[in-house]
Order: sequence, then structure tokens, then C-alpha cells
Amino acid sequence: MSEDLLAIADRVVAMAKPGEQIEAVVVRGTETEIRVFEGDVESLSSAQSQGVGIRIVVDGRQGFAYAGSLDESAIAETLADARDNVSFATFDEFAGLAEPDGVAIPVLDLHGDALVSFATADKIAMAIELERVVMAADPRISGIESAEYADSISEAAIASSTGIRTAGSETSCFLATYAMATEGDETQTGFGFSVGREPSDLTPSAAAIEAAERATRMLGAVQPASGRLTVVLDPWVTAQFLGILGYTLDGESVLKGRSLFADRLGESVGSSLLTLIDDPTDVRSFTATDADGEGLAARRNVLIENGVLQKFVHNAYSARRAGTVSTGNAVRGFKSTPSVGCLSVSLVPGISDPAALIAGIDDGVLVQEVSGLHSGVNPVSGDFSTGAEGLRIRNGELAEPVREFTIASTLQKMLRDVQAVGNDLQFLPMNATGVSLVVADLTVSGS
Amino acid sequence: MIEQSVLEEVLGVAMRTGGEFAEVFAEDRRNASAVLDDGRVEELTSGRDRGAGIRVVVGDTTGFAHTADLTEVGLIAAAEAAAAAARGGGGGTNVVALDRRSASRGYDIETYPGDVAKARKVELLGRANDAARAVGGAISQVSVSYGDNRRHILVANSDGLFVEDDTVRTFFAVSCVATGDAGMQTGRESVGHTIGFELFDRYDVDQLARNAADRALTKLAARPAPSGQMPVVIGSGGGGVLFHEACGHGLEADLVAKGASVFRGRVGQQVASKGVTVVDDGTMEREWGNIAVDDEGNPAQRNVLIEDGVLTDYMWDHLRARKEGRRSSGNGRRQSYQNLPMVRMTNTYLLAGEEDPESIIASTPKGVYVKHLGGGQVNTATGDFVFGMTEAYLIEDGKITEPLREGNLIGNGPEVLQRIDALGNDFAMGPPGTCGKDGQGVPVGDGVPTLRVSSLTIGGTAA
Repeated sequence: MSEDLLAIADRVVAMAKPGEQIEAVVVRGTETEIRVFEGDVESLSSAQSQGVGIRIVVDGRQGFAYAGSLDESAIAETLADARDNVSFATFDEFAGLAEPDGVAIPVLDLHGDALVSFATADKIAMAIELERVVMAADPRISGIESAEYADSISEAAIASSTGIRTAGSETSCFLATYAMATEGDETQTGFGFSVGREPSDLTPSAAAIEAAERATRMLGAVQPASGRLTVVLDPWVTAQFLGILGYTLDGESVLKGRSLFADRLGESVGSSLLTLIDDPTDVRSFTATDADGEGLAARRNVLIENGVLQKFVHNAYSARRAGTVSTGNAVRGFKSTPSVGCLSVSLVPGISDPAALIAGIDDGVLVQEVSGLHSGVNPVSGDFSTGAEGLRIRNGELAEPVREFTIASTLQKMLRDVQAVGNDLQFLPMNATGVSLVVADLTVSGS
Repeated sequence: MIEQSVLEEVLGVAMRTGGEFAEVFAEDRRNASAVLDDGRVEELTSGRDRGAGIRVVVGDTTGFAHTADLTEVGLIAAAEAAAAAARGGGGGTNVVALDRRSASRGYDIETYPGDVAKARKVELLGRANDAARAVGGAISQVSVSYGDNRRHILVANSDGLFVEDDTVRTFFAVSCVATGDAGMQTGRESVGHTIGFELFDRYDVDQLARNAADRALTKLAARPAPSGQMPVVIGSGGGGVLFHEACGHGLEADLVAKGASVFRGRVGQQVASKGVTVVDDGTMEREWGNIAVDDEGNPAQRNVLIEDGVLTDYMWDHLRARKEGRRSSGNGRRQSYQNLPMVRMTNTYLLAGEEDPESIIASTPKGVYVKHLGGGQVNTATGDFVFGMTEAYLIEDGKITEPLREGNLIGNGPEVLQRIDALGNDFAMGPPGTCGKDGQGVPVGDGVPTLRVSSLTIGGTAA
């Protein structure tokens, strides 16, 4: 199916001049997004997009250009731009493309054939059903901020003059809704979603009920008193936290002196309950993939094992510079050169379900939503402070809802303060998997 | 970009199945960027995105399709797809006659970045790197980025509107890491304007680099921020994001219409302290959020949102305005031709007051002085919002004392607006921002004078 993309990539690579390394990334996406409101379609977008990114390395200098088109003329212009850009880069002895490393590309089933043939009318019906169940879930539900169905078929091909040649196709779809619950003058919100590779993986009713419950249980929320408390991060919140943690384990950040774990390989950096893996070969993950952004095999990497730092992730460049091998963690779209990053990060689950985790806490707070992660968390210094909302925990039970407070600590301290990992792995529309996480001694700032 | 006769033909096709409104939005955008990191110019990137998005509205339903193919065949295929998506049931033909208008932004670009040699752009990176590292040995890492883009848009719709615009933006940023006994800290400085390479006549990159380095160094000695409520003084130009989050998003008519805003139904009411006047102004010349026309072809406007504390109006795009039988306020924006427009801010700012900024600090016995805010986020339905402080200090006995580590502040929009108890006479615009909404990012500006909020919750760790 993506053979035509590979053929385009091959043609670009064949244009390499003597002494040039060339890499071409060619992508095509078909996307549908349907938003519904009050039982009718609010908007339906359906489109195909494509693009090409060309990277050239000559004598230790790299240039790059892209175009959102696969026209022959656009490709020719992009190639010329990339070539022209080469001369302005600083010489770097480690610059260069990825080379085949002998690791076989895993055979993963990431293409849901049923998605391709799923009728638009059925997609609309699913989104309308999502909204209907939200509205019917509780009399206090006053409306929805959004209810949508979205899917995509993504094809990508990568070829290089160094011998990389791979192509693949992945599908994904999700349902997502923001519900509003109102009592008197007060409105609260909650979201729910369901993700999969094809529509049969989706469960509108579960997503709807989750959104309604998250919104209604926040009604009557008050600002909590400030103090130091044990906090249960719900899977959605944990996943966002893991996404930031992943940044600190990126080999390029380490090399460039931006990782707070730079000199800690082999040392204990957190609770022995913590085992962190990056496994894009787990097909349950939304961001599962068979190959990384440079066309090397995606693979399972254990980053932290029982609290001990085991590994940083690398792409070809950072690995060469660090004197190691790529872990298959090149991250990119067609509009950029590869960076380094985790592809699908997850904690190995523990044995307790969320109710048991809560039952073990006398005085704490369950955080169901955080805000301002991009403004209040600095992955270089480790300073961590986010807005939060959730429910107080008293004597092992969920108590009153709380909002307008922050939770703060440092990433370093939070890893050490982990008290338990739940058994409730949750796959989310992002590059991290959720699980309930109990962290002691977070500073809650409120009234 | 596209012939008028082709546009008329395409709009006719889009309307053929009963559409009530159809629009072609075409875009040809060129980006150039260069990054220096770890002492090396890593690469120059050039990029081009070109295509058109077509929408068709039938009743309350919008159909949308986009294409990278700007030929008549490609556009007609997209128009048919958009019309099918809108599920129009009617028939017949629809003739659209376009009336070409000109877009004007009142000033000229002096030097188009595309005409500037790449070597000159790269040279700026090296200068900033050297200047930042010269500040001191504790500066352990420096990253410098340059970016420019030129965006040519065309909007034609079934109301006969036909307008084109050409926008140039230029951006420069320096990020530093400082390493000390207590770990690493970061400092950043960025500038961006809706102008060309003359950006560098207005700013000295060496000075920008030193500012970023100083910010990182200052924080090496910083203590953890306090935890709990206290007065907060926001510095001139450093904190417009406060209003962007506290009330800006909540005044977007699409969110208001869905009941997802705490400001719903409050026009005419006192929603902020007297003296507080908040404006969203796309016409503000050369600012990062400047537009000549919005992405629906409507001229940019200066819209007063809150006047002397009273809510005067929301911000509107074409669809919401049409539904209410009024005019768009010029706030319909989109990230690219691949996205539907929605209500977005441009340059959002708070007008200056009359107080001397130093006396505002001097009259604050204990509090926090936030010189630079980072980003923020708001839940418009509850009004709760956060924003980060990237450079902040304690205020003790009316004096700025120790630097504080980073953290978020949290408040509730309608409450915080009522707690503004001092406004300085020193208005300034802040650094360039990117506002995210429903996954679409657009360039926005903001500005404030020095101001004080009598009580905000500070999300630090210190008792």
C-alpha cells in the first residue's frame, strides 16, 4: 500500500551526488474528524495530506528541507534547498545518517483494515451516540464542550543512501468528549475517551460515562488547605508525568548537559517499585510502531529497572556521539530532522487496583486532572508544579472534590517518593501509557 | 495564487448541493529556521506548505476538505468532498460573483527575510552563543534559534468576499542552562514581530543572549517558591498571559455559545476591578499577533472586551457572528489551510493605569514579584487557570529580595479580575507567544503594565 511512497523515496535517494548522504522521508495521511453538537454534525473534515522531508549530509555537515506536497517540482525544489542548507551547518564529526544495524523490523499488526472500509455515516453515528450517552448519564449534565470521532491512516516510507529502506502503514481512531455538569451557578468539566486501531475497538458508552462521572463528581469542589499530602495520580495524569520524565532520559539531552540524570547510569534514581520501559512494539499502545524516525527497528528498552537507571534512549547521531548504538528512538515528522525521544513509555504495573491504593491512604488527594505542565515543570532543573483538581482521600475513602490548587515537588524527589504502582494500565491517545501512581509528600498549595 | 474565475467556479460547485455558505482558503507558506545548539549550527531548515481548505455550511453543519493541489481539478474535488461532508440536500446551481478587496496593515516590510543571505542568519546564531557564554563559566549550555516565515493567504467566499494578504514574521530566541552546586537552571529570552529582518535593527542579539544567561544565573541562587496565597505583582510586559488565560479564552464566542465559559451571559456586568480595560487588537502594528485580515478574510479590529471593569463584548468569528446576526470581530483564525477557523485572540492586553510601578512594589509588604511569566492554561467552563513564573522574586517589606525557583500560580478568572488592586503607568508588550486551542497553534501577543493581584495561590514547595 505504501510502495508508491517508497518508490518516491528511492527516486530521491538515487539523486545523491558523489560524497552526499541522502535520506528521504515520505508520508501520507488520510484523516477524518467529526464533531457533533446537540445530536447533529457540527463539522466533518475529511482530507488527505502528504509531504516529503529530505536530509543531506556532506563531509560532516547537515542540511534539511521539506515540502507539504509530493509533486515532482516540489521534490526537486526541496532537494535543492536541502543541498543549499548543508554549507551553513557547523562541521560535526558525528553527523551522518542512520545505517542498518541488523535488528529486524518487528512484524506488528498496526493496520486495522476495518477502519479503511468503515462508512462515514457509521462514524457520525458513533459520535452522536457518544454525545447522547453523556447527556443521558446524569441529570446534572448540562451540555458538552466537545464530542468527536477522529481517525487516521498514516503511511510513511524512509530510504537513505546508507541502506535504510522501510515503509509501513498504521491506522488509529478515537472518541473523545468533554462533558459539563452544572449545579446552580457552578459548572465542572470532565473528559472521557476511547482509542483503538479500528472502530470495533471503540466503546462510546464507556467514554461517555467516564466523562460524565469525572464532571459530576467535581460539583461542589472547594479549594483545599495547603499542606503536604500523599497523592494518587490517576492514569491520565501519570501518563503526562511519564512523558516529561522521558525527556530527562533522552540521550541527546544527556550529551548536551540538559538531563538531571546525566551521570546516574547504574545508580538508584527512584523507588524500587519503579520499572520504566519504552516499548513501541506493544501493539496496544496508541503510538506503537515497527520502525523509528530513521527507519531502524523499533524495540523494547528498559530505562529504569526496580529504581535503578539502566539506559538512555538514542537515535543514530546521539548514539554515535555517545559511543553506543541507536536504541531505535529517532522521533520526527517530515518537517524536521530526527530528534531523540521515548516512543511509548510505560511503567510496569503493580498488583493493587485503584480502590485498594486509595484504601491504604488516611489523608491524601486523588488528582484526576493537571494543568500547566508546559509552564510549571522544568525537566532540566526538575522543578515540578502544576495546577490540579480531584478528590480528597480521608480514611481510605474518596471524600469531597477539590480544585484550584497546585501540587509541587521535584522530579528527582517524586521518583523516590513513589509508594505504589497500580495494576490499571490504560492506553491513551499519547506516547505514554497510564497507570495509577501513589506519590508521598507532595506540596499541595491551596487556601 | 488562484484565478478569480476558478474561485468562482469552485465556490459554485461547493454550493451546488444546497450549501448556505462556502469558502476557499488558500495558503502558500514558506518557513526558514536555523538552530545552534551545543556550540554547533546543527542545521538550516527550509520548508514550504501550500494548499487550500474548502468549507461548506448547511444549517449548523460544516463540511471541510483540504488539498495540496491548487489546480482547478484539485480544488473542485475538494469542494465536492466538503459539500458531501456537509450533507447538503438541495439542488440547483449557485452563481458566485467575487468582489476583490485589498488588505492593508498600515506599514511595510522593510527587508524580506527571503532576500537575506542565509549566512547572515547563521552569523546571528554564533554571536548570540558567544555573548551568552561570555556572561560566565556557570553557563553550561546555550541553544539559539532563528525563524522566519512568509504566509500568503487568499480567502474567497460565497458572500462575494475575495481578499489576499501576505504576512511576514521573524523570530529569535536564546535558551541557556546554568549549572551550580544545587543543580541546573534555565533562562530564556525571545523576540518576535510581524516584520522582516529589520527585527535585528530593533534588537541587539548580544543583549538578548545576555538577558537569557542572566535569567539562568539568577535562578541558580533561587530558593523554592512559597506555597499558598499572597499578593502577586506582575511586571510590565512580562505577564500578559495572565489576561490571555484569566479572561481571554473565556470571551471567545464559540466557547460562550456552548455554555463552556464562566463569562456567559455577563455582558454589561462588572466582571473586573474598576480601571481594568482589556483589549484584543489585531491591528497593533508589527506585534506578533498582528493580522491585516483574519483567516476568514475579515479586517482585523481593535476590540474592547472589558472597559473599566465592565464586560463589553466577546470575540467573534464568521460562523458565530452569522448565527447571532452580527458582524465578525475579525477573530476567525486557523493554524493552516488544513484546519477549520475558530475564534482566536490576536494581541490581548491590559491598558495602563496611573500608578508609579515602584510604589506598587513599595506598598506590598509581603508577596511575590513575577517579572516574566511562562505559558498558561485555562478551563474556561470553571474559570480556573494556571500560569508559570519563569523569573520571579520575593517581595519583603516592600522590596524585591530573593529570586524564586519556577512554579505555577493558580487562580480563578472572574475572582482574579476583581482582585486587581493596582495598575502601573508603564505598559509594555511581552514576548511572542503561540496560543493553542483544539490542537491548533496561532501566533499571539500580549501586554500589561505593572499590576498587583491582591491574592493568588502560588504553587511552590516552601512553607
